[in-house]
Amino acid sequence: MKKFETFTGIVCPLDRSNVDTDAIIPKQFLKSIKRSGFGPNLFDEWRYLDHGEPGMDNGKRPLNEDFVLNDPRYQGAGILLGRKNFGCGSSREHAPWALEDYGFRVIIAPSFADIFFNNCFKNGILPIVFQEEIIDNLFAAAGGDKPLEIAVDLEAQQLKIAEDGVIPFEVDAFRKHCLLNGLDDIGLTLQHVDAIKTYEARRRQEAPWLFG
Amino acid sequence: MTNKTLYDKLWDSHVVRYDESDTALLYIDRQLVHEVTSPQAFEGLRIAGRKPWRVEANLATPDHNVPTTSRPNGIADISDPIARIQVETLNANCEEFGLTEFTMNDIRQGIVHVVGPEQGATLPGMTVVCGDSHTSTHGAMGALAFGIGTSEVEHALATQCLIQKKSKSMLISVDGKTAPGVTAKDIVLAVIGEIGTAGGTGYAIEFGGQAIRDLSIEGRLTVCNMAIEAGARAGFVAVDEKTIDYVKGRPYAPEGETLEQAIANWQTLHSDEGAEFDRVVNIDASEIKPQVTWGTSPEMVVSVDTQVPDPDRVDDPVKAEGMRRALDYMGLEAGTPVSEIDVDKVFIGSCTNSRIEDMREAAKVAKGRRVADNIKLALVVPGSGLVKQQAGAEGLDKIFIDAGFEWREPGCSMCLAMNADRLEPGERCASTSNRNFEGRQGQGGRTHLVSPAMAAAAAIAGYFVDVRDF
Ligand code: SF4
Repeated sequence: MKKFETFTGIVCPLDRSNVDTDAIIPKQFLKSIKRSGFGPNLFDEWRYLDHGEPGMDNGKRPLNEDFVLNDPRYQGAGILLGRKNFGCGSSREHAPWALEDYGFRVIIAPSFADIFFNNCFKNGILPIVFQEEIIDNLFAAAGGDKPLEIAVDLEAQQLKIAEDGVIPFEVDAFRKHCLLNGLDDIGLTLQHVDAIKTYEARRRQEAPWLFG
Repeated sequence: MTNKTLYDKLWDSHVVRYDESDTALLYIDRQLVHEVTSPQAFEGLRIAGRKPWRVEANLATPDHNVPTTSRPNGIADISDPIARIQVETLNANCEEFGLTEFTMNDIRQGIVHVVGPEQGATLPGMTVVCGDSHTSTHGAMGALAFGIGTSEVEHALATQCLIQKKSKSMLISVDGKTAPGVTAKDIVLAVIGEIGTAGGTGYAIEFGGQAIRDLSIEGRLTVCNMAIEAGARAGFVAVDEKTIDYVKGRPYAPEGETLEQAIANWQTLHSDEGAEFDRVVNIDASEIKPQVTWGTSPEMVVSVDTQVPDPDRVDDPVKAEGMRRALDYMGLEAGTPVSEIDVDKVFIGSCTNSRIEDMREAAKVAKGRRVADNIKLALVVPGSGLVKQQAGAEGLDKIFIDAGFEWREPGCSMCLAMNADRLEPGERCASTSNRNFEGRQGQGGRTHLVSPAMAAAAAIAGYFVDVRDF
């Protein structure tokens, strides 16, 4: 996994609640057996005017100019700002793969759906939760003529915004540790092979039907 | 010893170890695998040179991408080349790593969440995972079951464990009795209408109360299936005699002495008297009527005898804006009676409602009637080959076909429209599936979630009707 220490990027405001993973990456792109290359189809149905299918030349497709990702102010954005229950719906990890492939490394919202939240950390994306007031302020700031740039410091657990100073954020200690060091979860778990084997041996005795 | 919730019991019995920050390594008893979320996980194993930790803990079947039209040649009948590669990849991976797979032409093939309980592969007291959010379904067996991403599929394959933090606990008690014509689907839609699609976020939900106990196991599977639509990764129901009767005799279920030992354990799988929950929600079952969603989120739901709600009467501006967007997408006016909404297509199927009891409910309504002329397509897609076989043995297939429904091969089908079964832009569908998101059943398609009986009634009438008067 990619390490995450600090990241500076432009904020792209996506002003909708309940953005689901079907919207983040529509199902037709889930037929791929790879984990890369989903960026051009991120938010496909909102981003393009035609219907997208795998293998199309996305450079030639008509863009929906009204969709925020196509707004000239937010080109090259690396931080996505959302509303409540971001990432609800299907468990597809293709959603964070698409966001990461597009260039988003941080997602800020008042709440996230659990599976999506979890999937972000596995892919070097930092999801940050703030209260609604802070989110409203960020939307106001990001919606101006000048792009809003934020520096995210994971170690210090702070967002730094040029004029407005610093906003602290919360992050789970274990997840922070993994992100900062780019740790592979499987590698970590396999340090506990003995504990797993001990547990398994005990369960085989207690509950043999689970091993039938 | 303190009084434990069912969640505490399921959780505690699976903790291998805790680390300093109270994150647990949780042992996984069963993993279900399908073609869409597994290829990258197997690829990860291959690259790292790893093998499955306990290969027999896994069970695979293709479901999302398989065609539901006649497919005597198996994979060769998948016309979409990219989808075909994905199903072939599942076969190849299962072969290479030694997993049991019910392949396309196996009578046991079907939607993972139908196949697991049907085979007795998901048992009370188990931890069950799958790279699919509707894994919560299996909680109906008194199991801790939750959806995971592909990285976790790989993690569970490689280590038989997952790194998890315990959720908060919620009891949703559906008290009293439901009225005739009100089904498990209506109960769970009403619950989501009440607590919202994020109401269960961060919680594991136990469904209890008389109305839940009164449900069959299949009804409970429908309720737990949609726990994720209420934001909860896991939803479950305490084990009772119905659970044990349901499990007995299934292919993967224990037998003889082991069964007796298992039953003794299963009988403890309920919340203790006086156990405390972080949140309790009480719902009066007698108030629940047949439900129809009107918008693009399962929480946008009303009773069939009311109207499409009006965003101008909602105070929260963000919510009102979301409602306006949904009305616009759905092509609906606020105030329209639900019974005046015409339907173009009907879909009876998905892991929510494609079991034999669902087929029976729908067939009861369809029997001796005809699908209305304005309905372009009415699909019935059984959840597994075995459900299809059973329905055939009961003559349900004939009832559907005579009424003008199409009777298909098992798979996810128009629930997510990865195969050819889909809505065209602007088409309106009465669907027994679980998600009405924009584009879920096809770009521009408009989904209304209902019970199987309500879907069948809409197919016959051509518009939504109250199945209680039908
Ligand atoms: S039937 Fe629908 S919800 Fe269920 S597993 Fe298949 S695609 Fe997912």
